[in-house]
Amino acid sequence: MSTVVAAPERDAAPGHRAPRRRPRRRRWLLPVYSWLVIAYLVLPIFVMVAYSFNKVNTGLPQVSFSWNGFTTQWYQQWSSVPGLTSAFWLTIRLGIASTVLATVVGTLLALALVRYRPPQFHGKTFVEQIMFLNIAAPEIVLGASLLGLFVTINLARGFITLLLAHVAFSIAYVAVTVRARLAGFDRSLEEAAADLGANSWTTFRKITLPLIMPGILAGALMSFALSIDDFVTSNFVSGNVVPFPVWVYGATRVGIPPQVFVFGSAIFAVGILCALASIVVSRRKA
Amino acid sequence: MTSAEGVAPQAGVTHRRPVRLGKVLAPYLLSLPAGLWLLALFLVPLAVMLSLSLQSCNFGTGACVMTWHWGEFGQQLSLYHAQFLNSIYFAGAATAIDLVVSFPIAYWIAFYGGSKKNFFLLMLLVPFFVSFVIRTIVWEFILSDQGIVLGTLKNAHLLPQNFHVLATGYAVVAGLAYNYLPFTALPLYVAIERIDKSVLEAAYDLYASKREAFTRVILPLTIPGLFAAFLLTFIPILGDYVNQQILGGTSNTMIGTVIQNAFLTNLDYAGGSALSAVLLAIALIGIFAYARILGSRTIEEYL
Repeated sequence: MSTVVAAPERDAAPGHRAPRRRPRRRRWLLPVYSWLVIAYLVLPIFVMVAYSFNKVNTGLPQVSFSWNGFTTQWYQQWSSVPGLTSAFWLTIRLGIASTVLATVVGTLLALALVRYRPPQFHGKTFVEQIMFLNIAAPEIVLGASLLGLFVTINLARGFITLLLAHVAFSIAYVAVTVRARLAGFDRSLEEAAADLGANSWTTFRKITLPLIMPGILAGALMSFALSIDDFVTSNFVSGNVVPFPVWVYGATRVGIPPQVFVFGSAIFAVGILCALASIVVSRRKA
Repeated sequence: MTSAEGVAPQAGVTHRRPVRLGKVLAPYLLSLPAGLWLLALFLVPLAVMLSLSLQSCNFGTGACVMTWHWGEFGQQLSLYHAQFLNSIYFAGAATAIDLVVSFPIAYWIAFYGGSKKNFFLLMLLVPFFVSFVIRTIVWEFILSDQGIVLGTLKNAHLLPQNFHVLATGYAVVAGLAYNYLPFTALPLYVAIERIDKSVLEAAYDLYASKREAFTRVILPLTIPGLFAAFLLTFIPILGDYVNQQILGGTSNTMIGTVIQNAFLTNLDYAGGSALSAVLLAIALIGIFAYARILGSRTIEEYL
């Protein structure tokens, strides 16, 4: 996951000294193939955006499979499906709350993992394996086990259980993302601050925090994206409180209002703008 | 928490006990909040799940009593082995497709991406910017009987009118393969990117052909990445039920659907827990096999 934000800057020019062995006629094969894969990955997004502009001929407010013509009606009436709009705002609130918690907790863990090795930090390997298990385990196991816990301790399901669950599955991702950005951190800057008489807290606030801020922001974005996208865990622990993905999933049985695709397109646009901005910022710094 | 631990402490600092104690405790204090959270809301729930699978539950009220009923596992597996096999079959097919499809593009980005690497990686991640459920619904649209693919082919008389993909295993595998492709491509990219290009040049200098360089240098060096990609794709797919429910119709049920129904519809917490525990065991076996064969240190590199 973390590779996007921490891609190495080394340019690859393999075999540039070796004699050209690859036949000329096949050199276009790999790029063409790769662009086809990218087209395949992007295709459903185009379909989603297209259907958000699709007219509906039947009286029912449902997206139809066939193309009925262009309309911006659904963008004008974006908030006219009451359950959907409130589910969307719930998801945004939940995303912000879980991002704040997961980012703080995950960043602290990343600091511990980057700076300390087994002699000073016993159990580091164990922590890393737990993180890997947390990321690789089927999400349904996490959701089901959390529901089992909440039922056992008799905790009413709602916003709180959603928040607890979302932070639980975000911490490992945040820690991994922040750690990737911390790997090249120059510790001599902190030593210089200490030599100049700064105490631990001042050094952290004035030197460490500003330097690792891009990593923390990347981790926060990751956490927010995970939270607003989560269906499986939320479906288990939400009770009567319905987040956006759970609402959309429920709507698949009765017919999807076109506004779902409007929200989907809007989330996509905001997400892609954030990602492009972070690429531009990191390039300017490099 | 701040100044360098690896560097020998300066003379004036060493005798100050509190600072030393803080330094000794620093890694534990830093990981304490995350550790507690993961303990209380990841490890404890898993333990509760294991304990629930040994309890007997009242179907009406959902109340459970511990009875050490080990038979639950055998009972559930004999009831739902077909769904388990479906899951393994679909997950295997989708993972195989993802590995084959994403290896060339990961290779291309790592070796020929140049200054546009970040852009191409973003392109690989593009599906993640659309909500998972919406992505799957869009595939339902694409694969629908009169949709843009099948409808076009049918109008061109390349397919019989009654041909359909939705509500078959093919649709489920197609959806799974699409949704999990980035999970395969990224670890592969990391593995290929890490290959020291001078090793490759050495192979060419020693008169390796392009094919030999690939099979004897690149492929062996990417094995940890292939394994990580397999784990991060196959295991999550095993528990997936959204693709199956939206694209697979009522047939081809995967184990995730059974677990979901057990927990949310039938309130059979014992049965659902037993099935989840089996899924978890499969995940654990995979991860321990990885740690055993390739060393636990390399695991962190592919996250």
